[in-house]
This record gives sequence, C-alpha cells and structure tokens, in this order.
Amino acid sequence: MSDQICVKDISVSYYGTSVLEDVSFTFDSGNLVGILGPNGAGKSTLMKAMLGLIQKDKGTVAVNGKPIKEVRQQIAYVPQRSNIDWNFPITVKDTVLLGTYPKLGLFHRPKKEHKDWAMRCLEQVGMQDFAKQQIGELSGGQQQRVFLARALAQKADYFFLDEPFVGIDVSSEEVIITILKQLRDEGKLVFVVHHDLTKVKHYFDELVLINKNLIDAGPVKEVFQPEKMTKAYQRPFAMMEGLEVPLS
Amino acid sequence: MNFFDDLQTYAFLQKAFTTSIMVGIICGVIGSFIILRGMALMGDAISHAVLPGVAISYMLGINYFYGAVFTGILTAFGIGAITQNSRIKSDSSIGLVFSAFFALGIILITRARSATDLTQILFGNVLAVRTSDMWLTLAIGSLVILVVILFYKELLVSSFDETMAAAYGLRTRFIHYAIMFLLTLVTVASLQTVGVILVVSLLITPASTAYLLTNRLSVMVILSAFFGALSAVIGLYFSFLYNMPSGPVIALATTGLFLLAFLFSPKQGVVVRKLKTTNRKKFA
Repeated sequence: MSDQICVKDISVSYYGTSVLEDVSFTFDSGNLVGILGPNGAGKSTLMKAMLGLIQKDKGTVAVNGKPIKEVRQQIAYVPQRSNIDWNFPITVKDTVLLGTYPKLGLFHRPKKEHKDWAMRCLEQVGMQDFAKQQIGELSGGQQQRVFLARALAQKADYFFLDEPFVGIDVSSEEVIITILKQLRDEGKLVFVVHHDLTKVKHYFDELVLINKNLIDAGPVKEVFQPEKMTKAYQRPFAMMEGLEVPLS
Repeated sequence: MNFFDDLQTYAFLQKAFTTSIMVGIICGVIGSFIILRGMALMGDAISHAVLPGVAISYMLGINYFYGAVFTGILTAFGIGAITQNSRIKSDSSIGLVFSAFFALGIILITRARSATDLTQILFGNVLAVRTSDMWLTLAIGSLVILVVILFYKELLVSSFDETMAAAYGLRTRFIHYAIMFLLTLVTVASLQTVGVILVVSLLITPASTAYLLTNRLSVMVILSAFFGALSAVIGLYFSFLYNMPSGPVIALATTGLFLLAFLFSPKQGVVVRKLKTTNRKKFA
C-alpha cells in the first residue's frame, strides 16, 4: 500500500457558524492535489483543519493511518503571503534555514551542513543571488519562491501550500509549479489551495472541490465538470466557459 | 559633585548603577521579541497589572515579587481568554483587562495607606534599590538570557511564522505564555528602576531603535540590550546630576537614542532616505 492521507468527516465552525461540513477524501502519495472553491468556501480552513492548526468539531485526519501529531516532521506548510510580517528582521537565507529546524529539534543549532542545504534549496528556486537580502525587499513572487525553498529544506513527504500563486509574476509561478510537479514525481503528496480556474487542468492531477460541503474529490477530468463547478460556484456556468472548463 | 567619583564611594549608587544596567539589558532582550510579535501593548498591560499584586504582597507582608508575578500572569491569561473566546479584538481586551487591574491596584495600595510606596512603584526610585532587589534582578536577568539563548531557534520561528511553527509541532501557545511569564518577571525587576508606568519605554523603545538598524534578529536583540543599558546609564547620570526622578530620565534617554536612529539609520533613517531620493532626482 502506498502512502496516503485520509480525511474523514471533517466539520469546522467559527463561533457557531458552520464553515466546513462532513468533508471526506483520500489521496495517495505521488499526487498534486488542488483544493478549489469560491471565496469563503473554506479552502484555507480545510487545509488548517487537516494540519490540526484549528479546532475541528469532528472528523479525523490520518496520514498512513497515524494521527497528524505523530507525523508533523514530515509535513511542510507554506502559509498565505498575507499572513507574514515582511518587515521581520530576517534574511532570505535565514528564512530558508528555518526549514531545517523541525528535524534539528530542541537545543541543536543549524551547522554548516544545514546552511549549505538551505543554500541548495535556494538555488532550486533560483533565488541564491538574494540570500543576504531582507525578505521584505523581494517582490511577491520572489518571496513565494523563498518560502517554497523553506518547505523544500524541510525534506518533508507532504506539502501544503495556501494560495501560493496569488499576486505573483509569471516566471515565479512557472518555477513554483515546475518544482511542485517534481515533488509529485518523486512520490510526494502535495496539496495546493487555489482559486484561479484558468490553469487548473495544467497544474493538478486531482482536485478537491468544496463549498462548505464537499462537492467532489478525485481526478481533474472527473471533478472539473460544468455541473459540479456550477454547483460549487453557485453561478451560471456560462461565466466559466472562457476559463477552459470542458463543455461536455 | 562628580558622578563617577561618587560611584566609587557610595554603595547605594553602585547598586543603582548595576541594577539599572541589568534592567536595561533584559528589557532590551525581551522587548525585541515583544515588538516583533506585535505585543507592545501587552508589555504595557502586564506592567500596569502587577500593581495589585504588589499591593497584596505589601498587605500580606511578603516580598512584592510573588504578588506581582501572580497578577501579571493572571492578566496574560485573562487577556488570552477574552480574545480567544469572544469577538473582542486583542487590543481592546488588553485595555479592558489591564485598566481593571491597575484600578484595583491603586485602590488596594491606597487602602494600605502607603502613598509614598505608590509613587515609588509608579515611577521608580533607583537610588533606593536594596541589595536583595539587585540579586533578584540578577537572577531574573540570568533566567531571561538563558531562556533566550537555549530557545533562540524556537523564539525566532514562532515570532516570524507562528503557523509554520505550529504546523511542525511547536507548542506556540505555550511559547506565548512563556514569553508573558518572562515579561512579567522583567517588569517586576524594573519596578525599582523605572516604575510600572514607564517600563514600557525600556521594553519598546530600545528594541524599536535596534529594529531600525539591522536585518537580523540576533543583532537586533544584542543592539537592543546595548541601547537599554546605555539609556539606563545616561538616565542615571543625569538624574543624579540634576536630582531628577530616574525613571522619566531613563525613559527620555531611550527616546533620544530612538530619534537618532529614526533620523540617521543607514537604511531606514528619514534624513538618509530623503538624501537618497534627492540625489536620485538630481541624477535622473
């Protein structure tokens, strides 16, 4: 049996208002999974609930049958760019070095080998020339690449990215999606919260389509269908024709 | 009257001198994390909220340290409880809780009929530092610095990206309360030197000054400690020379250093940036 993440009956509410209801799906490693849905559908919430970062009303998440708590070191998470204080006194290189912390554990400091590894991750995203700059001095796309480098530095098996393509330049987007596809080909499992419908077919193998409830989860060609998309987005499908949603 | 001659002669002045330098250093260190985590108001809150603790200790005849730490921690939990369990935003819940504690403190101290003590607690009187206070400050300072050195990694990552820290299994809420605990200790240590009202200046201003001068957290912490200590020395010197209350003078010394950085910091300074833009316009 290959590695997998199994989400079962997750429900989340904020102050009594239900945000997610009974969401279930299972994916094997070696997949690039897009989490799709309209604004306020609970995409980020779903990701945070999967990672145990927020309280669930009910439901379980199992990574190879184990609870998330026991596999945290194999998980890399890239938060939304808007959640980061870009004025924080930290350089690009030191940001990537944070990725080595989980496996270092308490009381151990990063050594030369860790710093070299951080540099190699930075090279993978093409940001090595910016190593000594403060992170706030970079463009949005560059910042996102640095955070992907940090995730790579974690040597994780499971990757979670919250809206990595928002507000970034085309070349950064290409660098990021190429690396995500590489990770998939190496047998990792990658989840990406996404809301731009135009490139869904080119980016992902599998989709989770939600709008509070799970609309569908599975291969892109099954999920990315007019009736399901209309159901999720609650608006006439014609609006999405230009967005390369298959018509038949 | 020469400050440095007197410093060699008088034991009380030596105690004041070493204590305020230590206070400057530890406030600078913990203050760096406070401002980066956006908890500047929290520093203000805790410092005010130790007042009822001091009053209760005074009534019970125990060292003010215990009471102060107790109400300081209680405030941190109170604020956390309101923020997490209601829609009240954190700045409001901070104001709500600390003003209540502060008010209670003033009433208790007045009941205990010690108006002189009240002024001393509110504004500090560094020249009255006792030997036991000095040792207490040293103990607290050593603890704070030890914790920061040992857990520097965890403090860095949880201050910068709390969600990532939580995602890989750090107990971020525990870290938050641990910092609150240290903050309370630091506040208590600062009571004699600057008093509860002005602790916030030593917590926030040297750290903010350092923040304008560097892009590395480790450098910021060290610079901030240095500015804290320097302000304490400058403040003590002038307060001794002109017979002014030490707390306010130290507070103004921190502000003076901040203004220098604000105007002339190589990267962030207002004057420097202005010069750069004028140059650019000239050559454009």
